[in-house]
Amino acid sequence: MAAIDNTQNPGMAQEGTLKRFLRATEIDSRMLGMLGALLAIWAGFDLASAFVRGGDGLLGGTFLTPRNLWILLVQTSSIAVMTTGMVLIIVMRHIDLSVGSVLGFTAVCIGTMQVYWLGPALGVGHPAIWIITLILGLALGAAIGALHGTLIAYFGIPSFIVTLGGLIVWRGAAWSVIRGETVAPMDKNFKLIGGGISGITPGSIGATASWILGLLICAAILALIWNGRQQRKRFNFTLKPVWAEVLLAAAGCAAVIGITWVLNAYYWPKGVVDRWAQQTGATIPPEGLNISFGYSIPVLIALFVGVAMTFVANRTRFGRYIYAIGGNPEAAELAGINTKKITLMVFSLMGMLAAISASISSARLDSATNALGQFDELYVIAAAVIGGTSLAGGLGTIYGAMLGALVMQSLQSGMTLLNFESATKDMVVGCVLVFAVFVDQVYQRRVK
Amino acid sequence: MTTHHHGHKHPTGVLRSGPPLIAMTDISIAFGGIKAVDHASVDLYPGEVVGLLGHNGAGKSTLIKILSGAYKRDHGDIFINGEKVEISNPRDAKALGIETIYQTLALADNVDAAANLYLGRELRTSWGTLDDVAMEAECRKVMGRLNPNFRRFKEPVKALSGGQRQSVAIARAIHFNARILIMDEPTAALGPQETAQVGELIKQLKAEGIGIFLISHDIHDVFDLADRVTVMKNGRVVGTARTTDVDHDEVLGMIIAGKCPPGAVPGPGALQSPAAAA
Repeated sequence: MAAIDNTQNPGMAQEGTLKRFLRATEIDSRMLGMLGALLAIWAGFDLASAFVRGGDGLLGGTFLTPRNLWILLVQTSSIAVMTTGMVLIIVMRHIDLSVGSVLGFTAVCIGTMQVYWLGPALGVGHPAIWIITLILGLALGAAIGALHGTLIAYFGIPSFIVTLGGLIVWRGAAWSVIRGETVAPMDKNFKLIGGGISGITPGSIGATASWILGLLICAAILALIWNGRQQRKRFNFTLKPVWAEVLLAAAGCAAVIGITWVLNAYYWPKGVVDRWAQQTGATIPPEGLNISFGYSIPVLIALFVGVAMTFVANRTRFGRYIYAIGGNPEAAELAGINTKKITLMVFSLMGMLAAISASISSARLDSATNALGQFDELYVIAAAVIGGTSLAGGLGTIYGAMLGALVMQSLQSGMTLLNFESATKDMVVGCVLVFAVFVDQVYQRRVK
Repeated sequence: MTTHHHGHKHPTGVLRSGPPLIAMTDISIAFGGIKAVDHASVDLYPGEVVGLLGHNGAGKSTLIKILSGAYKRDHGDIFINGEKVEISNPRDAKALGIETIYQTLALADNVDAAANLYLGRELRTSWGTLDDVAMEAECRKVMGRLNPNFRRFKEPVKALSGGQRQSVAIARAIHFNARILIMDEPTAALGPQETAQVGELIKQLKAEGIGIFLISHDIHDVFDLADRVTVMKNGRVVGTARTTDVDHDEVLGMIIAGKCPPGAVPGPGALQSPAAAA
């Protein structure tokens, strides 16, 4: 076959095994490094907690248990959703400092609609409430983002200033809506978005559906790899070695099956099972009944957002233009790209993602307060930066930022397990952020 | 108007019977009170290469950026094939078949050659998604013609050499059936061999009937390739001449002193002297 040679480096023979492996599989070495760091953090916390008090975790601690990992993923989902948008904003050489306040404001608006308007109007628990408030909430978030985007793109005010203003304004607006009160409880269907158990309905999909979903994701991984290979064949490009494709497919599927297994190994608390049995009239066998949580709804939302945003970033013109603008705004303009419109759209998208996170956060807390999402902007930006997004623009991936969010949440959650004070946690997370960027820069320089 | 040839070097197949491919008349633009272009007029016929000469800051790049849609003029008209057109942004210019190779190359450094080639005009699958594989395949074909040794299709263009980046910029300008090509210092980053290649390319495009504005401050380059030269100074046109009717020294005189020689048609920027009036 007359394959076109892709070789970029004549010195391939002297390459180390790792380099050859990375080239063949086309895995981003930085992503591999982050996964390694994540696993090290997890193992470290499990070992440390094993010394402190011991548990039934993988290494004898309390970190690598199904329960903790399940909670960890739920806690990550809100930041993970927002960071997918922050990546695109930072890639475009902008910043959004307002996401935490927008989250707070949309959350209290959603809460107010549920508790004070639609609840009384339609009857508390009406099945339409959650969907109406969710849609209106997303529209509100998108509108706020569009307002920021308009000021930035068409009025030429720097995004730092516009969103710094937004940070203050929307926090104030959140307070004005509810006068500092706490809005609770949220609609019982809406509450499931947070992943908790509402009555006896869990905010997760259970064992069977989780396995089906896991297998579907595996099938999707195989289909993607297969499709990529067919596309390369179509134009006679060099194919990845078969072993590399098989390895990638196997690793991907193993990870999905592993995660599914872990999430299914977390069972309903005994009290809920009893309540469930009481209300449904089911009998619990004497040895007890294990009902799996499986994938929780917030995690599914985050996964869906991650996939959708990756698709947008890599496979659509909109995404291509975002990266092109980040690489060279003038060139993008000269190429005929409407950079102002793209800027507006990206900020609007960010607002909508903040509203999704507002739904997750308020549903999880079963309440909305004007302080909800405070400092989230910093965690969202930190997650994107830890995930390899360059503040100089043009560079960053969705999956990297989501992994960054998971790393940050793992640190916080691990330190909580070890009974660190909240002040200490903050200091550690801050230092890790700076250190991560330092390591990344050293790495970048060595690559060059 | 008849065509004189002192004709030793030019295979000029320029057809001047119809209206010019491009006519920019009486164009002015000012930035903060400074007239960067001051009542300038230039034209270009199909298959013709017109060299735009002048010092840095003479206004040639600004004039040409008005044509490519990067700047919006304050005054004047643009005609294509005799018809008045409105160009208010780069999209308008491209829709009219005007392609530009900018001095800065205007590449998005963080994406690969194919993404730059198709920037703003991406190929899409029937699903509406980017067809990167098809774009890369096309890119390999185009680059194969322009720069046969080019292999670095997967790398962001910031990793490429100056010459390779230049070929990406040229590829982008010629790949979409341009009628009018603007080349702003196209050989600035190139070695002698690559410069010669660009020269060959210009001759080939000219033979296809494409009109080319060639901006340069290397007057030798321009004399070898251009049919006519238009010289600018301080935002104004000093004069326009066929390269067969003037010599290097006379053109240098136009650039440096604004002195219009007998073989040139003087413009508003020409030095008012008996020599120019003659």
